[in-house]
Amino acid sequence: MNYPTSMTINGTNYAKSVDPRTLLVHFIREECGLTGTHVGCDTSNCGACTVLLDGDAVKSCTVLAVQANNHQVTTVEGLASENGAFSPVQEGFRQEHGLQCGYCTPGMLMAATALLKEIPKPTEEEIRQNLEGNLCRCTGYEMIVRSVQWAADNPDGVPVAIGENS
Amino acid sequence: MSIVGAKVIRKEDPNLLTGRGQFVDDIQPIGTTHMAFVRSTEAHALIRNIDVTAALECEGVVGVWTAADLNLPALPGVPGLERPALATGKVRFVGEAIAVVVAESKYAAADGTELVIVDYETLEAVTSIDEATADNAPLLYEELGSNTVAEVTTADDHQAIFDGAPHTETIKLVNNRCTAAPIETNACLADYGPAGLTVWASFQAPHHLRNRISAWLGIPQDQCRVITPDVGGGFGQKINFTPEFFVAPVLSKILNRPVKYSQTRSEAMTSMYHGRAQEQEVDIAFDDNGKILALRVFASQDMGGYADGTGMGMPVLTTAMSAGCYVIPNVSIAWRNVLTNTTPIAAYRGAGRPEATYLIERAMDHISYKLDMDPTEVRRQNYIPKDSFPYQTHSELAVYDSGNFEGALDELLNIMDYEGLKEEQNANRTNPEKPLLGIGFSSWLEIAGFGPPGSLEGFGHLGSWESVQIRIQPDGSAIIYTGASPHGQGTVTTFAQIASEYLGIDFDKISVRHGDTATIPQGIGTMGSRQVAVGGEGVKNASLKIVENAKSIAAHKLEANPEDIEVTDGNLFVKGTPSKSLSWAEVATFSFQRLELPEDMDPGSLDTTILQEVPNFSFPSGAYACVIEIDKQTGDARIRDMYLVDDCGTVINPLLAEGQVHGGVAQGIAQALFEEFTYDENGQPTTATFIDYLMPGAPDLPSYKSGRINTPNPNNSLGAKGIGESGSVGTPPAVINAVVDAVRHLGVTHIDMPATPQKIWEVLQGGSK
Repeated sequence: MNYPTSMTINGTNYAKSVDPRTLLVHFIREECGLTGTHVGCDTSNCGACTVLLDGDAVKSCTVLAVQANNHQVTTVEGLASENGAFSPVQEGFRQEHGLQCGYCTPGMLMAATALLKEIPKPTEEEIRQNLEGNLCRCTGYEMIVRSVQWAADNPDGVPVAIGENS
Repeated sequence: MSIVGAKVIRKEDPNLLTGRGQFVDDIQPIGTTHMAFVRSTEAHALIRNIDVTAALECEGVVGVWTAADLNLPALPGVPGLERPALATGKVRFVGEAIAVVVAESKYAAADGTELVIVDYETLEAVTSIDEATADNAPLLYEELGSNTVAEVTTADDHQAIFDGAPHTETIKLVNNRCTAAPIETNACLADYGPAGLTVWASFQAPHHLRNRISAWLGIPQDQCRVITPDVGGGFGQKINFTPEFFVAPVLSKILNRPVKYSQTRSEAMTSMYHGRAQEQEVDIAFDDNGKILALRVFASQDMGGYADGTGMGMPVLTTAMSAGCYVIPNVSIAWRNVLTNTTPIAAYRGAGRPEATYLIERAMDHISYKLDMDPTEVRRQNYIPKDSFPYQTHSELAVYDSGNFEGALDELLNIMDYEGLKEEQNANRTNPEKPLLGIGFSSWLEIAGFGPPGSLEGFGHLGSWESVQIRIQPDGSAIIYTGASPHGQGTVTTFAQIASEYLGIDFDKISVRHGDTATIPQGIGTMGSRQVAVGGEGVKNASLKIVENAKSIAAHKLEANPEDIEVTDGNLFVKGTPSKSLSWAEVATFSFQRLELPEDMDPGSLDTTILQEVPNFSFPSGAYACVIEIDKQTGDARIRDMYLVDDCGTVINPLLAEGQVHGGVAQGIAQALFEEFTYDENGQPTTATFIDYLMPGAPDLPSYKSGRINTPNPNNSLGAKGIGESGSVGTPPAVINAVVDAVRHLGVTHIDMPATPQKIWEVLQGGSK
């Protein structure tokens, strides 16, 4: 039996009727078509599915969609401002080559966004510890650390429209 | 200023940073169904019966099929050793596909697989090379009479040299089984309609897959299209012909609906091909100065349950590269491929060369232990001199193109304080408050830039070139179409840099398209650090050809000689007369207009395709050092510093080159300290999730300190060698040499990878070996 489930994702309300076992990540991807949030494992280790739930970073493969009923969700699609300007974290990853294949990136961006909200000027150690739940197979993490440091150093970011290349 | 060599940020990033990337599972045509496999829970068993009745009744399930229902040919593979698409009568590893369920949703497909009942007759499993090669071992293929499917013995074992040598040493090494584990698992989506078949696949070589699917299904290649959209990492693990890429098209045809497969991580861990899994017996003979007189290598390659052609080639590459950076007058090589009841083996970042580097670099440190010589001095005694290139090794495959191995070591010692570290090491040993300190070196080189004609054909590819097409658009912008199929390397950016340099067109007006067999010229794909050294050279040559035609057009319009035309800042002008100039946009428009062209030129001359060949492999090299701290109480090893000197020849983009090195080094550290795919005695995997398979996270890895030397590749005009695999090749021996160095004072000469806290703790308790 399906359950009516509604939540606000990136400022838009989505109301669906879903199987109660539906994971939040599948609600976001399959029901709402927001495919920026990825799935990389089935044991809550990789963090590719990290989103913000009422402002806190959660692994959306570990939350049932019905648990998010009437809550606020932010995904990678909601990070840039409405005019397309990147958030400081997005811009930091671009400036410091914090991504290669880009698959873990949405989760990494969300975890980093939550981290900087909690600790605006983190040390390298704090960045590494706080991103412990997000695995990247491409970068070896140093450039991810630099990306987060860039965002911490540039809290206003640099307004670059999507599609501009350099 | 030249844009080749500049730190340019990537064109790829804006989509990937905003959730607009498009990976296979993100694509959902109307009517898409979802495929899931029933996978073997037995390592070695006969299948007595498969009962699909309950699964067929499951809500949402569209259909369930076994091998008997579909009567499929075997998958493309080694003649006589091909694996079935779905198991036929026997399973040979846990995770082998037995049946397939298609349903209306992912959840229903998973439900369906749970309801399929497989009745097995369990057979005794062999899970190691030792077991598989023992007398009376259970056989994976009874009809072959042996689990050893290929064996090459040595022509000359150089025993006389060993008998007469001042020192000899025998070393047994295990290169631990790893899984590449890109964060995106295998995925595909097949849509077989009246106009033909389209397969979206997470794959490193779209044409390679297209050609095989088309041959396997018996449909013309023009009606078979493979698209590799954004691909979430590969590392060699996404060039393998696993069943999903072939079964999904068959079911799409049967159902007349799109069929999507998005693998779970648990499935990926047992069904995506593993890497390494090689055991080596190494004998060295050397003199009192540490000079090697002879090297003998016997490499045993675990193939897993099915012999993959690329996997069979791993010990070929290992034994070709076994002499490393050194002059070794007598080299004897032998190898074998052995089947076991485990996940099949194929390429993983470095593919055979990490195994070679590990053995020779461990051997170098064994010489230093025996002679009580500094490990850097042992290496200096044996380096190939920098004026000896091209250098013919013991192997026909390996003619080193260039290098400066001692120069790399010098630069390494320049960026680290070796003497200070040695003092600290001594002081720490007697200070109970301080960790043990270890310093480990690795002088490495590897084969990249695959490859000369015939090389990739040996691994089943159509050719060893790469395709590049450049089409100048009427507004003077350029689109590059390439058979290279990047999945994180940043090739869209590096190719645009090279094209911008040689076309004189602004970087922002150059796009790079890849990964679609319907629009890209026949290509080969991305593997073996070949994109820049082969494809990049193609971009340069195609650019030069286009510029030559553009100059003819400009000369015609400006009434000058083509040789007097120069290209700068987006304009073509007459040398010495900058006022006589045309913009690239004007020349590009004229190129499409018959009445504007010289008489001997047809419209469309600013569109050219090159299949770029290279005369030899390239040989990136370098010197790495690892500084490790070991907790005296727990044996926990923590890397304090990695010093990395790379020589990849010309660097196109230092930011991206650094990223490639970091990623490879991280995987090398992971192999040396954390990761090993293991099985119990029955062939049950014991590390099949990210909970047990210890892929490192950000807190587990250090920052990296880089240096660079540059000996250009003489075999391409860019001078580039390739950088994708360097880190994973050079790192494991540096780390293990450091771990052993930290406990050398206890008499320890070896610790197998991964050097876990438990293994190190055991030697700290006096269990030295």
